[in-house]
Amino acid sequence: MTLRLAGIDCFYGNVQVLRGISLEVAPGEVLCLLGRNGAGKTTLLKTMIGLIKPRAGCITLDGRELTRLPAYGFARLGIAYVPQGRRLFAELTVEENLTIGLMARGSGDEARERALALFPALRSRLTQISGTLSGGEQEMLAIARALCLEPKLLLLDEPTEGLMPSMIQAILAAVRELKSQGVAIVLVEQRVESALSVADRIAFLETGMLRAIVRPEAVHADPALVQHYVGVGPGRR
Amino acid sequence: MSFGPHLFLALLEGTVTAFVLALTALGLSLVFGVMRVVNVAHGEFFMLGAVLAWAVSSLIPASPALGFLLALIASPLAVGAVALLADRLVLRRLNYAPEATIVATIGLLYILQQLVLTFYGPYARPVTAPISFRVQFPWFGYSGYKLVVIAAAAALLAATWYLLMRTRIGLVMRATQYDRETAQAFGIPVERVYSGIFALGAMLAATAGVLIVPIQQAHYLMGLDPLLLSFITVIIGGLGSLRGTLVAAFVIGISDGVISVFFSPTLAKIIATLFVALVLVFRPSGLFGSARA
Ligand SMILES: Nc1ncnc2c1ncn2[C@@H]1O[C@H](COP(=O)(O)OP(=O)(O)OP(=O)(O)O)[C@@H](O)[C@H]1O
Ligand SMILES: [Mg+2]
Repeated sequence: MTLRLAGIDCFYGNVQVLRGISLEVAPGEVLCLLGRNGAGKTTLLKTMIGLIKPRAGCITLDGRELTRLPAYGFARLGIAYVPQGRRLFAELTVEENLTIGLMARGSGDEARERALALFPALRSRLTQISGTLSGGEQEMLAIARALCLEPKLLLLDEPTEGLMPSMIQAILAAVRELKSQGVAIVLVEQRVESALSVADRIAFLETGMLRAIVRPEAVHADPALVQHYVGVGPGRR
Repeated sequence: MSFGPHLFLALLEGTVTAFVLALTALGLSLVFGVMRVVNVAHGEFFMLGAVLAWAVSSLIPASPALGFLLALIASPLAVGAVALLADRLVLRRLNYAPEATIVATIGLLYILQQLVLTFYGPYARPVTAPISFRVQFPWFGYSGYKLVVIAAAAALLAATWYLLMRTRIGLVMRATQYDRETAQAFGIPVERVYSGIFALGAMLAATAGVLIVPIQQAHYLMGLDPLLLSFITVIIGGLGSLRGTLVAAFVIGISDGVISVFFSPTLAKIIATLFVALVLVFRPSGLFGSARA
């Protein structure tokens, strides 16, 4: 499924946060969003899952217009969201969080098994209250919960934030695996090197505007690009 | 009567109060917990339940038991429909904003009260209890109907607990309570969940109203006391904590019964209110509330 955004403007009250964003994500493609804190990355993902309605522009999925679809309709179409800061249902158990993920669509137990196969560590914790999981386990659960929808399009907002290197690698490996299955992925990532290692294209967001969309090779060839758009060098971890 | 039997009677009375209060307060607590709406009109749903019970049961004057049974089903359903209407026409339009909904539900309180005054009148009307047997203890006889009230309320509390903790609908409600936005991202139609919770809360209060009306008589101002006591219960129990609400209902209900029997009902209300003030000073989030509530 191809998601297409055209000329998206978003506001919080009177403050404009996204300005004329147009982009496209195709099946089996990883699009990485880079940008400083406050650039509007989270807002852009929330627009893609329908939680924020744009004041101008339109969103289509394989040509079908989603701009005015209520937020709860997006999950049914196969768009799944891993929020920044995980946003688990903290007082529910691991199992119950997965059950919520299974509700909107997907093949039920099969989808749950596949999500757990990707993160086997969760299997022994199914009855634990999810708020008491470690940070890494919480991130795995947030991703597994989204995978229960068997998404065609997966939106990941800083899934490696605050995790140790081996955990980051596990999550990036999961992203590659999903990509190989043909899932379209939008990944917000602060670590430039992580982004470069999985991305097919990199989009630079600056104060709500899309400055450039480039291939990772372009960044390898000219590291100053990142410095230019995000204000940090590619050496940052 | 000597002290022992007298205390036993007080505890019985307190238990009846506690169960009816638990039912009413649970509705208020659910609505606040999931929707963050302080429903000032909650007592009016209780009153409406009682008044409609009178109206329904007077349709079948020949058989009080049948009439009451019909009222027990029809009255909460009708009140649930009123709540759905209020949710659609008022709360949803205010986007469930906490301050706005307080003012709006105050308005709803007066609208419901005045409608009942207009169509039902200022009377206090009794409803015949569906059963009239007395349970004979060695020291006194006790209304069998009050024991039925205890059993019915306990069954409803258990059913509500089961709904919330053991069913998919309950899981959806709890997920909505913990994170409304993320719930939406997972396909949960939050506004429909809110409508359902508001109706459920109103129906719990209405059922309590139906159960109480053979003991208390239906009157258009009878919603104020349960509203006050429910608020006290929910504050002491910790806002949004169901377990806390139930425990607090028992503490308040039983102490209310005991103090009312030995001293006076007014003193019981004074002490309960004082207790709330103390809880608010020393444990602002309630006895069972978490600090963030
Ligand atoms: N609910 C809100 N109300 C008002 N302003 C908001 C709200 N959420 C975000 N903003 C503002 O919108 C801008 C973009 O925020 P957003 O969260 O999209 O940034 P971000 O790129 O995800 O940042 P970060 O890297 O820190 O996560 C910021 O200036 C932020 O202050
Ligand atoms: Mg963000």
